[in-house]
Amino acid sequence: MTIAMPQRSSDVPLVTIAPPSPRKPIIMTSLAVALGAVFIWMAPSDQVTTFLFNLGDPVISIPDWEFNARIGATVFAILAVLFAAAAWPINARRGSLMLPALGVGVSLVLAFLSWVGADSRIPITGLLQGSLLLAVPLVFGAMSGVLCERSGVININIEGQLLVGAFLGAVVGSLLSNAYLGLLAAPVAGALLGLLLAVFATKYFVDQVVVGVVLNVLAVGLTGFLYTRFLTEEPDLWNNPPLLPTISIPVLSEIPILGPILFDQNVIVYLMYVVVIVIQIALFKTRWGLRLRSVGEHPEAADSVGIRVNRTRFRAVVLGAAVAGLGGAFFTLGSVGAFGREMTAGNGFIALAALIFGRWNPLGALAAALLFGFADNLQNVLSIIGSPIPSQFLLMLPYVVTIFAVVGLVGRVRAPGADGIPFRKS
Amino acid sequence: MSDPTNNDPLMDDREASTGLSGSTTSDTLHPPTELTSSVTGELRRAVLGMNLLVSALAVVLALAIGAVLIALSSPNVIESAGYFFARPLDTVAAIWQSVTSAYSALIQGALINIDALREGDISRAFYPLSETLTVSAPLILAGLAVAIPFRAGLFNIGAQGQMAFAAIGGGFVGFAISLPAGVHLIVSLIAAMLFGAFYAGIVGFLKARTGAHEVITTIMLNYIAIYFLGWVLNQDWFQREGRNDPISPILSDTALFPRFFGDGLRVHAGIVVAVLAVVVLWWTLTKTTLGFKIQTVGANASAARTAGIDVGRIWIAAMLIAGAMAGLAVSMNVNGTDKVVTAGIVGNIGFDAITVALLGRGSPFGVLWAGLLFGGLRAGGLAMQASTGTPIDIVLVLQALIVLFIAAPALVRSVFRIRAGGTEALSLAKGWGT
Repeated sequence: MTIAMPQRSSDVPLVTIAPPSPRKPIIMTSLAVALGAVFIWMAPSDQVTTFLFNLGDPVISIPDWEFNARIGATVFAILAVLFAAAAWPINARRGSLMLPALGVGVSLVLAFLSWVGADSRIPITGLLQGSLLLAVPLVFGAMSGVLCERSGVININIEGQLLVGAFLGAVVGSLLSNAYLGLLAAPVAGALLGLLLAVFATKYFVDQVVVGVVLNVLAVGLTGFLYTRFLTEEPDLWNNPPLLPTISIPVLSEIPILGPILFDQNVIVYLMYVVVIVIQIALFKTRWGLRLRSVGEHPEAADSVGIRVNRTRFRAVVLGAAVAGLGGAFFTLGSVGAFGREMTAGNGFIALAALIFGRWNPLGALAAALLFGFADNLQNVLSIIGSPIPSQFLLMLPYVVTIFAVVGLVGRVRAPGADGIPFRKS
Repeated sequence: MSDPTNNDPLMDDREASTGLSGSTTSDTLHPPTELTSSVTGELRRAVLGMNLLVSALAVVLALAIGAVLIALSSPNVIESAGYFFARPLDTVAAIWQSVTSAYSALIQGALINIDALREGDISRAFYPLSETLTVSAPLILAGLAVAIPFRAGLFNIGAQGQMAFAAIGGGFVGFAISLPAGVHLIVSLIAAMLFGAFYAGIVGFLKARTGAHEVITTIMLNYIAIYFLGWVLNQDWFQREGRNDPISPILSDTALFPRFFGDGLRVHAGIVVAVLAVVVLWWTLTKTTLGFKIQTVGANASAARTAGIDVGRIWIAAMLIAGAMAGLAVSMNVNGTDKVVTAGIVGNIGFDAITVALLGRGSPFGVLWAGLLFGGLRAGGLAMQASTGTPIDIVLVLQALIVLFIAAPALVRSVFRIRAGGTEALSLAKGWGT
């Protein structure tokens, strides 16, 4: 590519670089135009949509927002197109397309809500709060995946880790009548299951997907067995944990809309913020994180500079599984209280999807988990107000977008280089 | 055989790992040298490699851990442990009693009801065996749906979704059209196989064209299929008239598998279909060009590519076969036991099939035995739960432990202090990216 130029002039670059591909702006613009048009066309022009913003009895009240469904859909669709248009110059400068993409997404969702909310009321704040709560176990599960897979061990076992965390959290919380002690026990259960995954993956070099699948079966079997033997026999003793209380953070919880969503929750939600931030920083800004990523990307190179590959992986897996176990406690101590058979209901696999969709990044996985939580809760809300879209198709959404992500339709995702490949020192 | 001086479990690893140097890209279970092997040859090699011994010991170890779990959770044991220091033998007796009664109920519930046999009640005596065969049929077929892609180097976690999707096709043909008896059943089975093959084919196609990892796509497609089935069950053209819950009409009698022994025993002709499928796939794998290609791709995809095999096509072919088997598997329920399509028609068979295929080590006859074993455990587990109150979930624990131990022979050998012989690690490890 480099051509030696005898006379260098400012308008002839030394190296020619291909102009940035307009793929992403094209996708964003066509999505905005196509979906926007559909929503405008579907929105009835003679009905009123109401957005509610108040949840409970807030200090600062925001008036409800009533507007004509079609006009609302039109305004939001135009907004989406404008955001998509803004992506073009940013893409040409090779800037980050995150903000325009977010803008397009939010605008389209609002246009969609203007349509489906016609003649009824959409509780915006409640919708978002519910989304966050549904995302909590997904986030913890995805963080477990980040730690394991960044170190090179595939974690299909998230589902089982969540389940045993939910189980032990409920049992210990119930026996000691203290939700916080249950919360301490949950990560222990996750870590014990993770210990098995780590031993079989890094000591016996068994196929990691196989171990993960089998340990899920083991988790379902063990919790189901103990559930039938003890929890259903004497539910008051074994399966009656107190719920974690809601802790309102002063001042912050009074912020309109955001306050009740983010800062009026139980301690697991606050722990989630901490865990995501700590893992993000630890993974990318510390020596520990560099080592962990190095054994996941290129174990031979890591080994040659004296990093103990399998020990690093072992610790990462156990730590990750503990995080997932903690998240599992949300099912019992954080929301329902009592443990139920197979109550994680596939959340571990949605967490895996979030991990992949978030490209094995803590913040990306967080965003993906929130998106999946939103899709789930939107389905809940729409089933109450009567939705024009079958609920099953909204529930499919996380899985469909994950497939699109892995086949490269919305930007190819790439796993850590040595993810899933056992390391045997030769 | 055993070597008491070998106390170092890692020693086994080193020995086992010789010959595994290419394990990141090859399925070491089935090196190409075994392509022409017969069943007896496989058995001989298995014995020589002490696979059989390790497998048997894996089952023993799993049963032992299961026994601990049963004993520790038994109400009688817990009660007698309360006065352990006064009368320790009571506890020992309670432990012995709880474990033996549970396991004997399990075995009797899987094979034969001895009491009924003594009374001469043949139908009741063979009820357990009938149940085992009934439960095994879908397990074997779904196990094949996981095992065939195994041989091509793919891990199909999607039997669950493929079965759910296939149930739509097979079920619809079964209740919506009318055909003569027998023909109707066959057309219904073909419809289920086509639907399953289409759904599994997506996975093979995406893998071949874009490299999307099959574990991710199958997991995602599982959920998509389950929600899609849920949606279909609410549509006018699929839902039973006059019902609000998601349930299809009852299948026509012409589309049902005939039962061998009347209505008393549930065992139906589906088990014959399952055994036939095992034989056909064994023949395909060992005697045909396609089978040779599948095994070659599974052993080393890049070498196969160099040798001129269209690897993508083989992946797609393996997934199409898998989907067809998943379709047959769900037909065991749709056209055999349940006679309707419901949201829970698949049960947990698609996931149990993974353990079946792993225990059967990817070989069709291995899947047959593994399916019968796990089918027996399930049928016996229900009987055990009914008669001794031991929760059936113990079966899942046993299943998981057996596969776990078989997957890690080094662990079993170190527990029983056996020296390694031959190569036998269960490994098809591949990264997400490959």
